[in-house]
Amino acid sequence: MGLLAYIAKRILLAVPVVLAAIVVNFLIIHSVPGDPIVMIVAGYETDPEYVALMRKEFGLDRPLHEQLLAYMIQVLQGNLGRSTFGKPVLELVWERVPLTLLLMGMALAIAVILGILLGTLSASRVNSVADTVVTSLSVTGYSVPVFWLAQILVLVFAVQLGWLPGYGYSSLKADLTGLAHLIDVLNHALLPAMALALNQLALVVRLTRSSMMNVLTENYIITARSKGLGDRSVLFGHALKNASLPIVTFTGVQLGYLLTGAVLTETVFAWPGLGRLLYDALLWRDYPVLLSMFLFAAIIVTVANLVTDVLYAILDPRIRYGE
Amino acid sequence: MVNLRSQLFSELWARYKSNRAASVALLLFFSFVVVALAAQFLAPYAPWKSNVAPPLRPPDMQYPMGTDNLGRDMLSSVIFGSRISLFVGVSAALLSTVLGILIGAVSGYSGGRTDLVMMRVTEVLQVVPPFFLAIVIVSILRPTIWNVVFVIGALGWPTTARLVRAEFLSLRGREFVEAAHIIGVGRLTLIFNEILPNALSSAIVNGSLDVGRAILIEAGLSFLGLGDINNPSWGLMLNNAQHFLTLAWWVAAFPGLCISLLVLSVNLIGDGLESALSSKQSQFR
Repeated sequence: MGLLAYIAKRILLAVPVVLAAIVVNFLIIHSVPGDPIVMIVAGYETDPEYVALMRKEFGLDRPLHEQLLAYMIQVLQGNLGRSTFGKPVLELVWERVPLTLLLMGMALAIAVILGILLGTLSASRVNSVADTVVTSLSVTGYSVPVFWLAQILVLVFAVQLGWLPGYGYSSLKADLTGLAHLIDVLNHALLPAMALALNQLALVVRLTRSSMMNVLTENYIITARSKGLGDRSVLFGHALKNASLPIVTFTGVQLGYLLTGAVLTETVFAWPGLGRLLYDALLWRDYPVLLSMFLFAAIIVTVANLVTDVLYAILDPRIRYGE
Repeated sequence: MVNLRSQLFSELWARYKSNRAASVALLLFFSFVVVALAAQFLAPYAPWKSNVAPPLRPPDMQYPMGTDNLGRDMLSSVIFGSRISLFVGVSAALLSTVLGILIGAVSGYSGGRTDLVMMRVTEVLQVVPPFFLAIVIVSILRPTIWNVVFVIGALGWPTTARLVRAEFLSLRGREFVEAAHIIGVGRLTLIFNEILPNALSSAIVNGSLDVGRAILIEAGLSFLGLGDINNPSWGLMLNNAQHFLTLAWWVAAFPGLCISLLVLSVNLIGDGLESALSSKQSQFR
């Protein structure tokens, strides 16, 4: 099977996941107690004929499977309905996406780079003091709730030390533009990104360590060592290349959890991304927004998995022929 | 038989004990359990009672964890909060483990089309981050402690199901299964009495890690305001702390520390169990 055929197959496998998420969405909407027409007329006395007319106009008189089909077509066309406050949901979500992706990207970069370095260090000196410290920090790292870590970082770095801003995404009074604005935003993003990175960092360290320990016993590593290559060259030149394959897969799988963490972290920092949108939607029980968040999460994770699988196939040609 | 089993257990226990981190973790976990059970004897004040002290008072001898914005003693609240986290963590993990074992066993034993369909459903659930679905369902069902347990448990089974299924697939063709089949052992007995005990160890390890995951999800839900206000958990206290974070560090620090320590202890217990069981298996298989 060639690479293109493999990609096509993976895309075909991803479609049912997204469709399933849409169906779940539809079922949840239907299981919510209360009649939508009654909600719209908001308890005023209404003519039964008018209600019947509304029912017909919204298609609520049609059988369930027809309603499902109509709903799916609407969603696939990008119509996610309107928020309780009237704005189209897609618009609301869309304007928040970049800020959340910025946090996720920064966190992922911190986690992967630092995680690979620490994990490699740890694997090259198993049972040393450095290894013990790194592994204990790692198991602690994924036991700490991300939003609490965020609160502690605010307390230490923003309130006590005053090194970094702990609130919002840009300085309100500064009125900066261009590069200065970008630097200002990145400065505001640093603390939330650090909080978000820790969980992932802990997992990348653990994974890199075990993956490296496996690779380091292989024959080609012994050959490289016996050729007289130095430690750094063996570790980062030879071993890491093979040890990094599981890390690629892992990153794809973890993206959903990263999004979860981002939502919680944003709440602490009043970062105006998807998390803030979700928090407000929860406060007002704005179901169209809540449901679209779920759908968005399903889509972003499916796409990420698709990309990592394809990336994996490019990095390691054996995968494609394996199936 | 009974002797062999108790011997296996004592060897397992010896292996587990030799892991120092896991032993300390077990001790820590049991102290949380003791605190939760003896809460009414340990708490110096009534929990959640307003105005036992001036509001937002920093920690001192009289109020070791300070007081919150309504003048409630933080130490008493934290002590009673342990009940919620432990209850949600353990029961949700129990529910997801039982579901995972049932689904994994049926899927792995039947194979064929049943297996294919069940695994597709499992994959979909594994891909979609459970937290977002939990948010929607809990907010629709109303955030009571039972609903939270139900939702976390009902969404958490895929990993266990996949592990158990994999074990069943590899065990299904073994001689002892065929032998049992030949002497006329019924299908249910075969699944639950013959195969399942051999597939249980990975489910147990994952189940203990599920306790930690469930506690963190509950804390996250409560932090977003989806906690049971009649049974305030540590996560709900952190939600409250957010409003005056810069004024009173202690309202955030202690509940979060407790969540972290409890989850850490559960994770270390899981790791300890895993290494004790895996060295056991390599010896007996």
